[in-house]
Amino acid sequence: MTTRTDDPGALVILPGTVVPGRARPPVPLRREGPSKLTGVALYTDDIVVPGAWYGSTIRSTDAHAILDGIDLDPSFDWTTVVVVTASDIPGENVVSSIRSDQPILVPMGGEIRHHAEPLALLAAPDRGTLREARRRVRVRTTPLPGVFDPEASEHTFASYAIETGDAEAAMAGADLIFEGEYRVGHQEQLYIENNAMIAEPTAGGGVTVTGSLQCPYYLHEALKRGLGLGDQGARVIQAETGGGFGGKEEFPSVIGLHAALLARKAQRPVRMIYDRHEDIAATTKRHPAIVRHRTAVTREGVLVAQDIEVIMDGGAYCTLTPVVLSRGALHSGGPYRCPNVRIRARATRTNTPPNGAFRGFGAPQVEFAAETHLNRIAERLGISPLDIRRRNLLVPGDATPTGQVLRESVAAEEVLERAAEASEFVRLRARAEAERRRRADDGTSSSGPFRTGRERTASGIGIALGWHGAGFTGSGEVKLASVASVELTADGRIVVLTASTEMGQGTKTIFPQLVGEALGVSDRDVEIAPQDTAIVPDSGPTVASRTSMVVGGLVIRAAGRLREAVEREMGAPFAESYRAFARDHGALRVDQRFEPYPGGTPFDDETYTGDAYPAFSWAACVASVRVDLDTGEVQVDDVVAADDIGRVIHPILAEGQVEGGTLQAIGYATIEEIKLRDGRYLNDRLATYIIPTAMDAPRISAILVEAPFDGVPHGAKGVGELPMDVGAPAVVAAIADATGAWITDLPASPERILAALAAMPDVAGPRPGMSPPEDAS
Amino acid sequence: MPIEPPVVSPATIADAYAALAGGTPDAPVRPIAGGTDLMVTLAGDLGDPPARIVDLWGLEALRGIVVDGTALSLGALTTFTEIRHSALCREHLPVLVEAAASIGAAQIQNRGTLGGNIANASPAGDTLPVLLAVDARFVLGSVRGEREVPAKAFWTGYRRTAMAPDELVLKIVIPLLQDRRASFRKVGTRRAQSISKVVMAVAWRSDAIDGSGPWHDVRVALGSVAPTPIRASRTEAVLEGAAPTADVADAAADALAGELVPIDDVRSTAGYRRLAAARILHRCIREAGGW
Repeated sequence: MTTRTDDPGALVILPGTVVPGRARPPVPLRREGPSKLTGVALYTDDIVVPGAWYGSTIRSTDAHAILDGIDLDPSFDWTTVVVVTASDIPGENVVSSIRSDQPILVPMGGEIRHHAEPLALLAAPDRGTLREARRRVRVRTTPLPGVFDPEASEHTFASYAIETGDAEAAMAGADLIFEGEYRVGHQEQLYIENNAMIAEPTAGGGVTVTGSLQCPYYLHEALKRGLGLGDQGARVIQAETGGGFGGKEEFPSVIGLHAALLARKAQRPVRMIYDRHEDIAATTKRHPAIVRHRTAVTREGVLVAQDIEVIMDGGAYCTLTPVVLSRGALHSGGPYRCPNVRIRARATRTNTPPNGAFRGFGAPQVEFAAETHLNRIAERLGISPLDIRRRNLLVPGDATPTGQVLRESVAAEEVLERAAEASEFVRLRARAEAERRRRADDGTSSSGPFRTGRERTASGIGIALGWHGAGFTGSGEVKLASVASVELTADGRIVVLTASTEMGQGTKTIFPQLVGEALGVSDRDVEIAPQDTAIVPDSGPTVASRTSMVVGGLVIRAAGRLREAVEREMGAPFAESYRAFARDHGALRVDQRFEPYPGGTPFDDETYTGDAYPAFSWAACVASVRVDLDTGEVQVDDVVAADDIGRVIHPILAEGQVEGGTLQAIGYATIEEIKLRDGRYLNDRLATYIIPTAMDAPRISAILVEAPFDGVPHGAKGVGELPMDVGAPAVVAAIADATGAWITDLPASPERILAALAAMPDVAGPRPGMSPPEDAS
Repeated sequence: MPIEPPVVSPATIADAYAALAGGTPDAPVRPIAGGTDLMVTLAGDLGDPPARIVDLWGLEALRGIVVDGTALSLGALTTFTEIRHSALCREHLPVLVEAAASIGAAQIQNRGTLGGNIANASPAGDTLPVLLAVDARFVLGSVRGEREVPAKAFWTGYRRTAMAPDELVLKIVIPLLQDRRASFRKVGTRRAQSISKVVMAVAWRSDAIDGSGPWHDVRVALGSVAPTPIRASRTEAVLEGAAPTADVADAAADALAGELVPIDDVRSTAGYRRLAAARILHRCIREAGGW
């Protein structure tokens, strides 16, 4: 273990690059690990609240309709049931988000805009009564025609245009132009713990909501607005949270408001715990997207111009769609230098359940398209996929399409070369090509759709390169003005106060590392205050891979100021003097507010120019697959992922993020797909929404690369979303390497692969994200 | 909010018969063995729950695997794990072992039973094409006594069987033939915990030691391509008496694609099922013929 105690920004661990299998320096165990392992950790549904009732949601079975009425069967005894409709909402009937378009409950006479939309709420003292009460509610509606095709929608949530150079003029004079269309569908986050909230009324008309969530202050704001409460009236406490992936970013505002409304009317605690079916049917998904590329290149494969159109399906309400689309637009060209770029992006409204945050946040959709398109261009030009990337990747001094000049922390080349070398990409690709040629030349290939070839399987290898803007897009962090605090308590404890949540990714483990190092004490001497809006400041949401970089930077600075104050007073190192300081002077708390990172060009939201992100993280992924040529089934055997995350704080947790993100990307690439009819999800259960099992998981080798970002004292850039961006295009490239077929729709399911191999398009089924009518065969 | 119907646990088969005979159309009684399907249905609130559940798990008389003369006999409560570990099954009917190994994952195989797979009557039941292909017979019992139904006559419609509501599957009897060969292939949604898109078992008799001679008594059975597990009779006719050559494989694959009428559903498309079925049959014949 190396330490640099002379450097105020140093970390306990400086592992350099972590090589799988190499001995690691000792790192702290996960803070909440023992309680999770022993079953002591309390997830929301584990929390016993005496006298709590059970809550439930009455949902629409129409995708688009007018709500004419909600009838309660008069023969049923309603005296022990609480019913909440829109008329019971004391504040605004709005789920607070970017826009104010989503009602908490559809009002009588109002418009139902998607299947499974909340119409009314019930609570009862026991599950049996609740179940029976649900059966005695009748919803009357007048159905309306639905819009399910985002390109046919007349309502646009957001649109952006990014232009640099002159793409049209460059196309006119270009050697070669390639066009391609790519489509991706919905993906479910599938955290282990379903969405869950418990609301308790408090004296004075307030409410406390405890639940599974990523962003306590988002729900806090939603409660204030929907219930007409002040800052003190609404209180939000995070329970132990079993995964989020973005699925508990904005949706907790919906279920939290519902629980709170029931608790307020019942004047007792109410538990609102979704089962898996309700969670999949009614909560947000990754946005489906249609991406079209028109690309001009030289014969040597150098990019001359990119013309890109991105269309995202926002679903029925806006949620975070404008920001998801913004990230999608900004990443849509890929991590490449191109002098002439035109990007047009728009997100529209359809009568499908609202889409929202999901690991990657708009980037996985567009980077799948960009990378697959570049791979196809390389194939057409006879250039290796590695070489075409070497010729175009961004290096220090290059500018992005918004004019952001990349001055530091640029590691596209390093992650590419590291992944290619570790995976033996060149050798394995040559072998796959030789096999493919042999199969084609010796007549052993399948000679018709119902025939097999001599060999049942084919192997292939594929590569993808990606980038991920670190932290919030554009001016997001400046507007947010997050605060994080470090307090030396009167009884001599060191406490970190942030709203950053632990959901399995390691917040509670790394903050003590960062603060302990800054104070010169052990991480074990640093405590984490509970994520409770009555206790911790608003340090922003736990999203956008910003916790390590942004909030981590704030707690280090706060700790540094605390150390300075104590040492100035005591004239001795903090570690030796802080207990005496607390005894003599009492508590000392330092609040650190976000300040813009130095240098760079501020982002202009109007013109979409300037620095879109303080820095980018970089990732390369090489996937090796075997394809069953008879059935189109894909087995991903091996993945090498090289990820530049600035600085590694905790190598085991960081590798865990890369492994988990890669597997989630493999699911996205191969099997995960929400299928729809008339705006309704067909596969809204674990039996039908298929994700990879341990048997489907490849060997994953994570290579952590460190190109530090100087804007924060510890150099970290975030790791949570990055691996999600590159897995799918690498797998699809490997499938093409094995079979010769480019699958441009995700997932590259056996149906789509066999449709391509047998040249029978009908075999593929509907395009991703499309919702054909019920009567279609 | 699952409803939990009352459960009775009979100690003898006679008690089980009596409990099942107490059911009525308004208050149905359902037997439960491993519960791998019924519990999902109850927990997911899918359809009306039964009024009462009869737990068969303690009926030891319904367990055990024996070779009885020229037949392999399996008690209805035989689990998939027991089939996987059975030396008799591995020796006499490895194709059943293969099917058992393709079901769910370890936990499901520990609880799921062969009798349950049969009585549950899912068109996607993974052992059912095997049972069709090897001419299995099912011994059923009730307060009225025992009777035997061949697999081919057992599944009468989507999730419907030839059983009366108060009958139980007691035993599965599979005739053993020295010169029978068989092949199994499942195309699922992933590598474990997977429901079939297409599942196929092929059985035939052949006296050629290397497998290249003509096939006789050919059975081609499939699941997940129709409302019930089915035999593909036109395809069988193409293969009957023919040697496994490339021409025969082509003709059989074409015949199968021609006679299957699968549907689009949440797991796959009709087109994929037809195409994949034809190709896995083609592969099976190719492998048998060694070309």
